[in-house]
Amino acid sequence: MNIINFTPLSALTGGLLIGFAVFLLFAFNGRMAGVSSISANFILKREQRVDNSLFLIGLILGPTIYSLSGSKIESIITNSIPILIIAGLLVGIGTRIGNGCTSGHGICGISRFSLRSIVATISFILTGIITVLIFGI
Amino acid sequence: MIRLISLLSGIIFGLGLTISGMVNPQKVLGFLNIFDAWDPSLIFVMVGAIIIFAPLHFIFKKKSRPILAKNFISIENKNIDKKLLIGSGLFGTGWGLAGLCPGPAIASISFLNPSSLIFVLFMFVGFFIANRIEKNI
Repeated sequence: MNIINFTPLSALTGGLLIGFAVFLLFAFNGRMAGVSSISANFILKREQRVDNSLFLIGLILGPTIYSLSGSKIESIITNSIPILIIAGLLVGIGTRIGNGCTSGHGICGISRFSLRSIVATISFILTGIITVLIFGI
Repeated sequence: MIRLISLLSGIIFGLGLTISGMVNPQKVLGFLNIFDAWDPSLIFVMVGAIIIFAPLHFIFKKKSRPILAKNFISIENKNIDKKLLIGSGLFGTGWGLAGLCPGPAIASISFLNPSSLIFVLFMFVGFFIANRIEKNI
């Protein structure tokens, strides 16, 4: 193992902002900013559809606003359509059955010291590591 | 005001994902690639978010209600069961295949890149499928 592309300062800065965003939604609106739950509720449930869609629109505006500062955003996504379809389905099905993703379990749940979320986070990180080990980057 | 907070939280969350580099699937896959060329940045994103939200959650959860909404949405499910493990395992596999989880996937809609749009479309299809099969697990 060797360490490459490590950007601790920007990672920590971005993380602090995410923590603040999660705090805002909890302290003012009483809700957890789990992105898989918000996205799934947005299409499956009528309650709070406006709030859910506004959060998701904000999420999409984030990178747009950042790019207005003139900085370039790097985002390299695979163009293999079968991988995108299978990965999208697995992420959609898995986060609903497991009730959360990197934000819901990984950030909100661990911050609440929820054992359930800690177990979920370890599970998806481990399976993610195994998947990369088998299929490569 | 509740709606403004939903939008603002989404924007700040999206900015955090962008600044931290998490909108780039290559950085996420680099984190999962621990046995080869490892990029530990994702840990710093999670730590940054948790050190902000954990203490603030601890303070605010003691209040009788959120600042704007009528009540906190409580999370009763504490079960560490088959559903949690299967769901998180499926999610981790999809995450390791494409390097995208729900937050960065939604945020990357702003790049209008066909790959991220295909992923998001099938993630939503996954939400529908999970909604159908969930009760049988």
